[in-house]
Amino acid sequence: MKKDRDLLTGKTEKKRREPISNTTLLMTITVCTFFGMYLLSMMIWKGGFLNPQQFLDLFNNNAYLLIIACGLTMVMISGGIDISGGGITALVTMVCVVYLEDHGGTVLGSILISLGIGLAFGLMHGILVSCFEIQPFIVTLAGMFLARGMITIVSIAPRTATQESFLRLKQARITLPGIGYYGKTGNFIPAQIEPGVIIAISIVVIVAVILKWTRFGRNLYAIGGNSHSALTLGINVKRTKFFAYLAAGLLSGISGYVYLLHTGAGDAANAAQAEMQAIASNIIGGTLLTGGVGNVIGTLFGMLSLKTITNIVIASGLTKPYYQSITTGLMLCFFILLQSLILAVREKGRVRLLPEWMRPGKTGKTGKTESH
Amino acid sequence: MRESIKKIMSSQLVIPLFSLFLLVVFNLVRDPGFFSISIATNNQGYRVLSGNLISIFNGASAIAIISIGMTPITSCCRGQDISVAAVAAIAGSVFVSVLRSNEITVPVIIFAFVCSCLVSVLFSLFNGVLVAVFRIQPMIATLILFSAGRSIAYWINGGATPTVSSPLLASIGGFIPGIPIPTPIIIMVLFLVLISIVLRLTTLGLYTQVVGINEGTAHLNGIDPVRVKLVSFVISGICVATAGCITVCRIGLINHETLLLDAEMDVILAVAIGGTSLGGGKFSLFGSVIGAYIIQALTVTLYAMKVPSAAVKAYKAAVIILIVMLSSPVVKEFFINLYRKSFKKQAEKKKITISAS
Amino acid sequence: MQNDIVLSMRNINKSFPGVRALQNVDFTLRKGEIHALMGENGAGKSTLIKVLTGVYPKDSGQIFLDLKGGLKEINVKSPHEAQTLGISTVYQEITLCPNLTVAENMFIGRGEYRLVNWRTMKKRATGLLEKFNIPARATQQLDTCSIAVQQLVAIARAVDMDCKVLILDEPTSSLDEQEVEKLFALMRDLKSRGVGIIFVTHFLDQMYEISDMVTVLRNGELVGEYEVRNLPRVELISKMMGKDLDDVSTIQKRDLPDGKQDAPPVCEAVGLSSTKCPNAFDFRISKGEVNGFTGLLGSGRSESVRAIFAADKITGGKMKINGKEVKIRKPRDAMMHGIGYLPEDRKRDGIVEDLSVRENIILALQVMKGFFKPFSRAEAEAFADKYIKLLGIKTASMDTPIKSLSGGNQQKVILARWLLTNPQYLILDEPTRGIDVGTKIEIQKLIQKLAEEGVSITFISSEIEEMLRTCSRLIVMRDRKMAGELKGEEMTQDNIIRMIAGEAEQDA
Repeated sequence: MKKDRDLLTGKTEKKRREPISNTTLLMTITVCTFFGMYLLSMMIWKGGFLNPQQFLDLFNNNAYLLIIACGLTMVMISGGIDISGGGITALVTMVCVVYLEDHGGTVLGSILISLGIGLAFGLMHGILVSCFEIQPFIVTLAGMFLARGMITIVSIAPRTATQESFLRLKQARITLPGIGYYGKTGNFIPAQIEPGVIIAISIVVIVAVILKWTRFGRNLYAIGGNSHSALTLGINVKRTKFFAYLAAGLLSGISGYVYLLHTGAGDAANAAQAEMQAIASNIIGGTLLTGGVGNVIGTLFGMLSLKTITNIVIASGLTKPYYQSITTGLMLCFFILLQSLILAVREKGRVRLLPEWMRPGKTGKTGKTESH
Repeated sequence: MRESIKKIMSSQLVIPLFSLFLLVVFNLVRDPGFFSISIATNNQGYRVLSGNLISIFNGASAIAIISIGMTPITSCCRGQDISVAAVAAIAGSVFVSVLRSNEITVPVIIFAFVCSCLVSVLFSLFNGVLVAVFRIQPMIATLILFSAGRSIAYWINGGATPTVSSPLLASIGGFIPGIPIPTPIIIMVLFLVLISIVLRLTTLGLYTQVVGINEGTAHLNGIDPVRVKLVSFVISGICVATAGCITVCRIGLINHETLLLDAEMDVILAVAIGGTSLGGGKFSLFGSVIGAYIIQALTVTLYAMKVPSAAVKAYKAAVIILIVMLSSPVVKEFFINLYRKSFKKQAEKKKITISAS
Repeated sequence: MQNDIVLSMRNINKSFPGVRALQNVDFTLRKGEIHALMGENGAGKSTLIKVLTGVYPKDSGQIFLDLKGGLKEINVKSPHEAQTLGISTVYQEITLCPNLTVAENMFIGRGEYRLVNWRTMKKRATGLLEKFNIPARATQQLDTCSIAVQQLVAIARAVDMDCKVLILDEPTSSLDEQEVEKLFALMRDLKSRGVGIIFVTHFLDQMYEISDMVTVLRNGELVGEYEVRNLPRVELISKMMGKDLDDVSTIQKRDLPDGKQDAPPVCEAVGLSSTKCPNAFDFRISKGEVNGFTGLLGSGRSESVRAIFAADKITGGKMKINGKEVKIRKPRDAMMHGIGYLPEDRKRDGIVEDLSVRENIILALQVMKGFFKPFSRAEAEAFADKYIKLLGIKTASMDTPIKSLSGGNQQKVILARWLLTNPQYLILDEPTRGIDVGTKIEIQKLIQKLAEEGVSITFISSEIEEMLRTCSRLIVMRDRKMAGELKGEEMTQDNIIRMIAGEAEQDA
């Protein structure tokens, strides 16, 4: 990974025209890591990794997680946090199933319900954080508790969706021509993508556009960078934060529906640990908890990296369940340390880096420095 | 009179005490006999205190002890340690391992406890080093053990959920023969006393707060922030081990999945309700303990109202939101303004009466 | 200078619990006028500005702004609204976002766009940077720019928003002379375009150089509005302080030891270097001596003294205290050898804001006493009481959080903290910065008194007359190296400037 080496030494940046931002740097590392890991796996463990379906399953199985993580990215960039994602997702699955089964609901109705629930939670979080100025961790923690608790109030036992129109939607697949694998009987089985993945990818694109090109997205970065400055610059910090949480809630609602499309059942244990995995995806993807830095593409690859590790663990024969979370922990550890190291080196490099106009032309001596 | 009201209002313990008061009143209204303490005979045939109140204090012990350890971390590291429950599971596993390989006698129990403390402190120091030396945000650094901790606990016990039983352990988790108060409560009180003594006899309280409020200033005044942070993690490690062992004694087995499940959330809530700012700085150990009791009281109240256990979370959440809303700075300011306006009116009335007379 | 009034504030009143910050204050600003706002700390300057910009709601009074059709009354409810009306503020602390680019910082939050057009933004930004001669690139991330540049960017932003009123709140605190000149050039340019500028500052020289009018506030009340060219300094200061300023002249130069003594120096450093002060330097100070470090901003004054206190990581050198070699590797070592350090940025490095005045005072001594020996409440209260009285610290009680005190009083608390440790050598880095004239003089007198009692003091200040008045020896820094030393009669403003300029002049 050549990029790593260049950047770790820090000093070589001086020769560049414009040092790349922290956001881009961290994201690049994640992307490289993912591809590196995957390519290595394809070479070392072959087997499943050479099967394109397994690659696509990374998306199929985790589309919901990706959606939650995107919402989380927006919130984290603004300097906040939202740990209610998994709970809302699970609640949505249960409510939708009950609606479809017991109340003869339509597919459209269930979609609206999922959006509604997501918005409702997002609204609550947004108001509590922006108007009441309560710490987001507590607010979203309570939100998570509320959501998880409400699941069993709706239905104690897990329920499966059997309604026809819904099942048709659930079983829809997009087949990729030409790409596939040979099944046990020697038939060529083309690779398939579930509908949820399309939704997830669309959301990634939408959020990326929002973050890069809309006023709202840029305001998120500003608030995360220095919320006091953002206020004096004329940004309506309260309103922006409110919408960030509203969006995260909405996305959690969508994620719930996607989860339902994938598993077809409502269960109190759905999406367990999802919020922590979403946070992990963000961290690996280069979103800083302190705010101001982050990118959905990074989050996407962070999620992929996270899930690939699980596959690698299984492929290498460590089948005991505890190995998976231990390796997840190790991976997190690695990335966290790597990030803090790189950022520290960049900080140091910056303090010594004299803005060009301060370097004298004639004598070549070093001029004034910033610190005093 | 006004001065003392002012003092009480601005004390950190207002919200927690007030919330506790509300809970008590609510329960008394709902069921006057709720808080009655009666003397019953337990399984071993001893006479013990029982009742909802006892149940609250007993059940909250583990959470309260962990909260005592979490509070200084929150104060000086300006973040939360979300791995406490996972590390408690690890500590519990070590405790069980040692017990199972020996005959269970008092010295063995003590030895097992010491071992579990050591292991727990080790893992806490892992977190501590990441936070203090590598300057990683606590919530992120502890995410690692949060993910992997329970699996490590599982691995220590070879992937099983072994049981341990012995009258000695039962007495730690339950009642010591002859003493009517449940042992966990006694242990908790002992802990509180111990920590208070430590705070009184050392400058730890001051140092922790200074580091939490302004690390640079702490450094320039001769305090070593790294050391202070590491110490807070060591203390937490000991607290966590104690809580883990008590819980093991109480239920007689170690299940890495369910031991103190979601406890970290309860602990963070307890600390927050107790008046310590989650962003670091001034802290209140006493407040955190009260916070833990509030949460447990809430749970017991809900059970008493026949709320199914899985739904308890939802009600807890609603109450927490209410409490946190009331203690938010916005609401506080609203009430202060109200108070001031009413005082202004009174003062003006007085003026008018004086000038009129 | 046109005489049309662009802003008029009448009978402004504002109170906070227990404090009447503004009482019937008037303020008038005309087009193309640079109007200074002066007063001691607590006089109400920043409150007036905050009322004008909508940060605080006023209790009573009226504000008139020149809108289309003449002066109309306005009711500013938020900084955002103030901006829209044409009142822009540039604060002392950089209120821009470090993680965004220069261009983005210039245009964000102005409500101009819903979708970002990066190319247009870059073009406009580059245009502005060129127009105002700011040495930065539009796509540069803001935190890679120096503080001075960041401030210029903030001003460029304000100006670009077609402001009628530009408020500059202590803009020159972090700028060196060249940068100040650049700023003044910009201000004159704006003046010629008819922008009214409110210039809040503590620096008398600068005020006299650039301002047309000055309004003086004292204790929340308006003292008066004057034409700068008709107001001599002494009169200005006395109006700000409310008394005649004989005190300034009573600070006489005493016969201070100038380094030639028999006894070994109290503190001596040989080849000392740290991570922030990489050029090794030698240093010595004798008992009862007051010496000073001076030089341009960025010359390394603060870094050098921090190295003596081991505030930054020491990379080399030896230290001797009273002739004996000692190991000083961290602040605690320095403290245990009787050295105290009052940091330059009291808000960032000095006060522990949520703790009480009492706790702030005893902090250093407590650390010196040890981890296992906490002070009893009674002991702590006795200490705090003594110094509150001694230094005249204005606080509601010793238990008030220090953050509610004014800047000057906060500084006194930090000073008390170090005096309590009974140091033999005290390093004061800009102890009088951002402090009202009255307290400034108190502190200078205190320094002299301490020196007479045998305490060695190093004094850093950006105001050269202060240093000339109190120091017996001056060390001039340039480019993080010692450029030279001046003592006794050599210490004149000219010599200092010449020494600072030094080689650079030869090269030019």
